[in-house]
Amino acid sequence: MTEILPAEGVFSLLWVLIALPAAGALILLLGGRRTNTWGPYLGILTVVGSAVIAVLMLLAMMAEPAEQRTVIQNVYDWVFVGSFQVSFALQLDQLSIVFVLLITLVGALIFIYSLGYMAHDPDRRKFFAYLNLFVAAMLLLVLANNYLLLYVGWEGVGLASYLLIGFWQRKPTAAAAAKKAFVINRVGDVGLSVAIMLIFVTFGSVTFQDVFGQVGEANEGTLTAIGLLLLLAAAGKSAQFPLQAWLLDAMEGPTPVSALIHAATMVTAGVYLIARSNAIYNAATWAATAVVVVGLITIFMGAIIGSAKDDIKKSLAGSTMSQIGYMVFAAGLGPIGYVFAIFHLLTHGVFKAGLFLGAGSVMHGMNDGVNMRRYGALKGVMVITFITFMAGYLAIIGIPPFSGFWSKDEIIHAAFERNSIIGAAAILAAGITGFYMTRMVAMTFFGKKRWEDDVHPHESPKVMTIPLIILAIGSTFMGMALLFWGNIEYWLEPVVGYESVPTPLPTWVYIVVTLVVVIIGAIIGWVTYARKDVPIEAPRGNLLTRAARQDLYGDAINDVLVVEPTYKSAHALTTFDNKAVDGFVTWTASFVGDLSKRLRRSQTGFARSYALSMVGGAIILLVALILVRLS
Amino acid sequence: MNPANYILLSALLFSIGAIGVLVRRNAIIVFMSVELMLNSANLAFVAFARMNGNLDGQVVAFFVMVVAAAEVVVGLAIIVTIFRTRRSASIDEPNLLKY
Amino acid sequence: MTDFPWLTAIGVVPLIGSLVVALLPKSKPMLAKQIAMIVSLVVLGMTIAMALQFDGKSTEPFQFVESYPWIPAFGVNYSVGVDGIGLVLIALAATLVPVTILAGWRDIEGDQESEGSVKGYFALVLVLEALMIGVFAATDVFLFYVFFEVMLVPVYFMIGRYGGPQRSYAAIKFLLYSLLGGLFMLAALVGLYVVSIRQLGSGTFDFLALVGMDIDPNTQKMLFLGFFFAFAIKAPLWPFHTWLPDAAAESKPGTSVLLIGVLDKVGTFGMIRYLLPIFPAASEFYAPVVIGMALIGIFYGAYIALTAKDMKRLFAYSSMSHFGFITLGIFVFTSIGQTGSVVYMVAHGLSTAALFLTAGFLMSRRRESALISDYGGVNKVAPVLAGFFLVAVLSSLALPGMVSFIGEFLVLLGAFERYIWVGALATLGIVITAAYALRLYQKSMTGPLNPSLEADGNTITDLKGREITALMPIAALTVVLGFYPAPLLNVIEPAVDRTLEIVQVDAPDSGLSLDGLSSEGSEQ
Repeated sequence: MTEILPAEGVFSLLWVLIALPAAGALILLLGGRRTNTWGPYLGILTVVGSAVIAVLMLLAMMAEPAEQRTVIQNVYDWVFVGSFQVSFALQLDQLSIVFVLLITLVGALIFIYSLGYMAHDPDRRKFFAYLNLFVAAMLLLVLANNYLLLYVGWEGVGLASYLLIGFWQRKPTAAAAAKKAFVINRVGDVGLSVAIMLIFVTFGSVTFQDVFGQVGEANEGTLTAIGLLLLLAAAGKSAQFPLQAWLLDAMEGPTPVSALIHAATMVTAGVYLIARSNAIYNAATWAATAVVVVGLITIFMGAIIGSAKDDIKKSLAGSTMSQIGYMVFAAGLGPIGYVFAIFHLLTHGVFKAGLFLGAGSVMHGMNDGVNMRRYGALKGVMVITFITFMAGYLAIIGIPPFSGFWSKDEIIHAAFERNSIIGAAAILAAGITGFYMTRMVAMTFFGKKRWEDDVHPHESPKVMTIPLIILAIGSTFMGMALLFWGNIEYWLEPVVGYESVPTPLPTWVYIVVTLVVVIIGAIIGWVTYARKDVPIEAPRGNLLTRAARQDLYGDAINDVLVVEPTYKSAHALTTFDNKAVDGFVTWTASFVGDLSKRLRRSQTGFARSYALSMVGGAIILLVALILVRLS
Repeated sequence: MNPANYILLSALLFSIGAIGVLVRRNAIIVFMSVELMLNSANLAFVAFARMNGNLDGQVVAFFVMVVAAAEVVVGLAIIVTIFRTRRSASIDEPNLLKY
Repeated sequence: MTDFPWLTAIGVVPLIGSLVVALLPKSKPMLAKQIAMIVSLVVLGMTIAMALQFDGKSTEPFQFVESYPWIPAFGVNYSVGVDGIGLVLIALAATLVPVTILAGWRDIEGDQESEGSVKGYFALVLVLEALMIGVFAATDVFLFYVFFEVMLVPVYFMIGRYGGPQRSYAAIKFLLYSLLGGLFMLAALVGLYVVSIRQLGSGTFDFLALVGMDIDPNTQKMLFLGFFFAFAIKAPLWPFHTWLPDAAAESKPGTSVLLIGVLDKVGTFGMIRYLLPIFPAASEFYAPVVIGMALIGIFYGAYIALTAKDMKRLFAYSSMSHFGFITLGIFVFTSIGQTGSVVYMVAHGLSTAALFLTAGFLMSRRRESALISDYGGVNKVAPVLAGFFLVAVLSSLALPGMVSFIGEFLVLLGAFERYIWVGALATLGIVITAAYALRLYQKSMTGPLNPSLEADGNTITDLKGREITALMPIAALTVVLGFYPAPLLNVIEPAVDRTLEIVQVDAPDSGLSLDGLSSEGSEQ
């Protein structure tokens, strides 16, 4: 059992981790144009400051024994109503520290890169303000010690994502993509909201330690419901099937945003949520199985979409979906998988950030063109970008000793420990990864020049290439470092649990088979896209390609099933409201009006007819009186 | 003499007055018919006072007379004014105050 | 200072202020505005001073109590006092009035269409403030009724004299609809009085005495309906809502803020203050019906807001949806839900104010058009305006971190505790809310600049100092209370708990039975 330590020493700065970037965002947003010149640097400074604190905390944590690495800081009483008592409390443990490091370190690199990438944007200050907001919210998400506070961070990153996807909102597509991302995420939020409510009524608390400590007392049906609801939330944030449709459109945002939010950190929040709630999934087998299924479907969807897109960022986005599918899949495997889900999340966070920033560097040199069919032969022009991109490429397809190999291999291994069929599926998907990534590299850096006339590719400035180099180094060595030197599985074990089950075949068999499949995929990609000329106009392609270009009809399905019925019923309701509900009100009014119009006719203006009606009335009264008297 | 006969007379006078108001057009005649109705009421009051043996009815009759006098003043003034503007004493002609 | 008649003083100051403003010569509109502003700030200051003396832990049902006989023959007293619920709503009113005055600084004289004078509008605002404070402070049901009805008068003139082209239609509709509700309430009030004569020997309208009675359930059910009808029109609940879109669309932004932001809260306030404690059995009996109406309202309003072409109507329908949430929280009879409802009332007041005022500033820059399609790309030329608009939109969709989230989540949680499926169903509303709110932002603020915004030769300008000063406190309160709601929760919860004690509905089991969800059923 882990002990919970009060926040002392360096850990007393826990709230500062969040407060620094939050203050940065506030100053940049409220300061207005005055902060245009120094604002971006302030933004970077706050994130670097948080990163420094995070590293110090890591060192302090490593000095403690494994059971005493959980720190909780109660900042203040937040929502205290009756039995519902939620503090603004932060929790740092082995799981959250790795996230904090990923967010602040990769974040700092991407901030620096953005300095160059956004150099000419008039709204650069706002961009950094939103990024700061994102970092603060993401840190809150991973540091929260209860589900409600996590929810605040969860929506905070959603807001930052909304603002940044729509950053170039003069483009209607960007604005629409931003709204779409937010609304689809809201569907996931319904899952999270209801999950929190169910957790509260079941356990009487929403803090992690209370909930996980009492999991044994709840019945499995409830736990399954909670697990499925949390999965819905995770699917929304992590772009998993069936809520995947927003991620591809989210590429409308500036590339550093795609790297930080829609590849490295925010979209992995769903994995964090599942790994954090491991106690619930361990006790709810059905929910865990659902997680595996969702992950597996998304692995293939993402890979297929990634194979067909000509837009370099969308292809990478498909790849992100697929890789996060791997993580979700691993998390669904139970205690054999959580640590590797997180492991893959970390390596992926670094190499995918590198790939996206590399793509951004390419776009920077190509007048912001994203169509890979107009790239080609860039390896000689953008040497640093090319080399760093290759590091990321080798990492993602899983060639040893690059970082992706170690993490993906462990996931495939864990899948085989559970079930050979899903293991085989995971290997097949790795092959597709090899194909689409080779396709991307071949179309971008190899082959013939297919540039548009006014494009003059050039290498990006140092402020952009240096982060690329650092991330490339990370892509190369981080896997080994975490596995052999960091002992990631034992580091995370106290939080998420870890167990290893022997597989039917020796380990090297899986490694060899995986590598062979990946290399076959890569060769197919190479043969198709580097050895042959790539046509500038995309060929019509087979049925699957055309489907994949349409995001496997994700949008069409959403439109037919959800959007159109919603708008149709909304229009019908509007008509109903005007015609029936308000119609009744106005009908009542006009009925009274009509009636009085008719009655008015009796006012003829002849004094004698009034007199007659008086006499008539008097006679009626008299008769009535007499009748009453007589009866 | 049976006081009930006074009541009958009063009813008769009232009816004559009412019919006069309803059927005649000349404002002065209508006005006189109204007076007739008022006085028939007075007659009834006095008769009832006599029948019940107290003075309440007589007191009310005085009130009615006072009101009738006031009414004559206002009413005749209106009729004269109307006659001046329209050169007619018919009460069917001034019918502007209608719907 | 505890003997100081705080509530009366807070109510009388704006009344005197309005008299002074009304008596000023018409030629000095500036002076009228300045006096109105100062008076409203004085009221705000006094309210804060009173709130600071409020004892959140007190066991007394009401604080700052005053009581004087008014019509002794009928047992009517002028008696006022506040509990936590009344206090936060008075504070809300006192906060929003100076904000609306500042925001509407130039709304009247710039308008050729309106018939009334500048000083008249500001005098009406101050009268309304006095009446709003009175209605939330009254502890005598008759006094409450008087304030409840008299409030219609200033609002009628504010809509009917200072509004859009259809203003008199909207004003009459508002007045008649509200009067109809008031009529039923009057009948129920008389009925209540008769019951009190039978039960207590002498008739009374005193709230605490009425609460202490034990009314026969069938009588309760009839009287409940009378009060409920008035409150449901005021709140407004589906299907008694159609006066609201017209009123909102035709009135000045400031009028809308006070009308929807504060006045309509009287409906939900009345439910929690009067309906539940006086008619506990009837409340329980009708709860399913009311919850059904609230649920319909949540979705109905949100769906119609999704297709609205006119911003002000959109806000009106979104308010209807929010009132659904508030009513839902009240009628699930849980401490969490009712506290959430009251927090939501405050949050909704703030978000409505932010929405209407920002939209008003926007419309004042484009010949008062409220059509969404007349805008687009505003963010590019007026980023500060767009920023405030976004904050308002997010606050209306209850983004976590804003006070509306606290309210909404507590309401949903309270509902979920009691009726699991009702809570889960209502939660779906947050998706549609996000859809209509962001659709509005997308269509008006993003994309290419709408050509009509440049048609006059110059593009629209960004917010100026006065406008920013008006919006800043609302935005700040929204966020600060979202992260630190304790000042609200600490005073609301004791009041809510007292209400629930009177209603005597058992708290739902903490260990939930999940018969609907689990095949194994509950362990309990």
